[in-house]
Amino acid sequence: DTDDVGHKYYLELELEDVLDTVSQTVNCTAEVLYPLGSKTSAPDVQVTVQGELRSTEEADKEFYNWIRSLEKELVAENIPDSHGNVPPELEPIHLLAWVASGYVIWQNSTENTKFHLAQVKHVKQVKRSDEDLQFDFVLLLHEMVSQEVLPWEVTLLWHPQRGARVSQS
Amino acid sequence: DQVLHIVPETFQQVQHLQLLCSTFILDLWKPLLPEDIRAGEDLHIRVPAPLVQEVKDSLDQHMISYRVLIPDVQKLVDQSMPRERSSHRQVSGGYVYTEYHPMEEIYQWMTQIQKNNSELVTQHILGKTFENRTMYYLQISQSSNKTKKIIWMDCGIHAREWISPAFCQWFVKEIVQNYKTDPKISRFLQNLDLYVLPVLNIDGYIYSWEEDRLWRKSRSSYENGTCYGTDLNRNFNSSWGSVGVSFNCSSDVFCGSGSESEPETRAVAQFIKSKKSDILCYLTIHSYGQLILTPYGSTTKPPSNNEELMQVAKEAAAALTGKYGTSYRVGSTALILYSNSGSSRDWAHTIGIPLSYTFELRDTGTHGFVLPANQIQPTCEETM
Repeated sequence: DTDDVGHKYYLELELEDVLDTVSQTVNCTAEVLYPLGSKTSAPDVQVTVQGELRSTEEADKEFYNWIRSLEKELVAENIPDSHGNVPPELEPIHLLAWVASGYVIWQNSTENTKFHLAQVKHVKQVKRSDEDLQFDFVLLLHEMVSQEVLPWEVTLLWHPQRGARVSQS
Repeated sequence: DQVLHIVPETFQQVQHLQLLCSTFILDLWKPLLPEDIRAGEDLHIRVPAPLVQEVKDSLDQHMISYRVLIPDVQKLVDQSMPRERSSHRQVSGGYVYTEYHPMEEIYQWMTQIQKNNSELVTQHILGKTFENRTMYYLQISQSSNKTKKIIWMDCGIHAREWISPAFCQWFVKEIVQNYKTDPKISRFLQNLDLYVLPVLNIDGYIYSWEEDRLWRKSRSSYENGTCYGTDLNRNFNSSWGSVGVSFNCSSDVFCGSGSESEPETRAVAQFIKSKKSDILCYLTIHSYGQLILTPYGSTTKPPSNNEELMQVAKEAAAALTGKYGTSYRVGSTALILYSNSGSSRDWAHTIGIPLSYTFELRDTGTHGFVLPANQIQPTCEETM
């Protein structure tokens, strides 16, 4: 539900864990403020999550260790493939790409855009001297109104405890 | 089968769980052996489907709390298998309807389906594409002496929307497989003829297989071969060029050099015009969005029969949701999606076809255009 007050939107959302559909949904509220006039700055977003999201510690650790154990940096393209398939071991990469796309979409959204991640065109892991994992993505974002599909380069850093951060896009 | 996650709290609980495992010979995933079950440590057990309720009851009786880790083991197994071995196949005469097919195979399929069902299906030429490929439509018509009204459906006007041609093929299969036994379908066919164009934008569809999965437009060449493709759904003669378009060839909503500038558009328009007094309903299938769109896109002014349009669409959406719970929104394009001009649906309505709809099939953005093939069946079943 949104009640809009000028260009400020109040949202009530229900979060469902798509990887764990049996668990309870979690409610959250958000306030999105689209800056008047300015087309170059991202909307301001405040979110409150009412409840707890389940721990993914074990899966995170497994993925982290797997990537760290690879001799050659991971490289992949077209996730999902043309037929919509994602090899199971690349599913975490797909999810990280989603997070990265969330950042790009946030930074580029206005009240007249509707973005979705269409496909991960390319991903390349970059080995680092610190504890973070680094993935350089080329993401294809589909914008509904213009129907354009545009490539975006995003670099995402991730660590099991520190979470995901976009380092540049 | 389900996999349960349990953290036993006391030694009694551990003992009871060990008893359960040996009594029912349950499949312990973690730890490996019943003797390694410890209080305070994770336990994962797979319980065969027929025993699930009994095991859960026993856990409840002993106040042992559990969580369902995997609600359907078979589903997970199927998902991880290469698609050739998936058990959810729909094959009819060798053609796999739960996979996406390249154009060559669709051409062959059309010939086959006519051959195998010649008393019901005939294949006809509609016209040619820019790259000179033949556009065929299938006429599904039960012979009778009365002239019947027509329902037209086209798929694949936008190359990347693969689920759309997949649906047209599915639709035809369903009709030919069930028209003798399904009373609804046979009644339908007594009074109506169905005309199905499985792929409207053939050049674009092929291009999305061979070069660029996310291509949308046709492949007509502009600006001396430096720029390609018209958005065929902006090229029809309905307020052409007025809103929601671009006159720049490199845009994904380039409306062409003029209304009906593209051979594909002309092929469809010419045919529909010639039959318009008999066409009751015009359907054009797209993805994604889960929407049933009514005219118009170029203006928010409602069409004259808006009430009827909306009522029929709402009933369709409700029937669709009834199948798998997939929700579809219903409304005029200009109101619920975006403004656009030159769409085939708007044009069909303006020339007098009373019921004109655009269907935007699954999903709502999670996979978008790249809908996994394992969703072909449920999408088609619910849309049917």
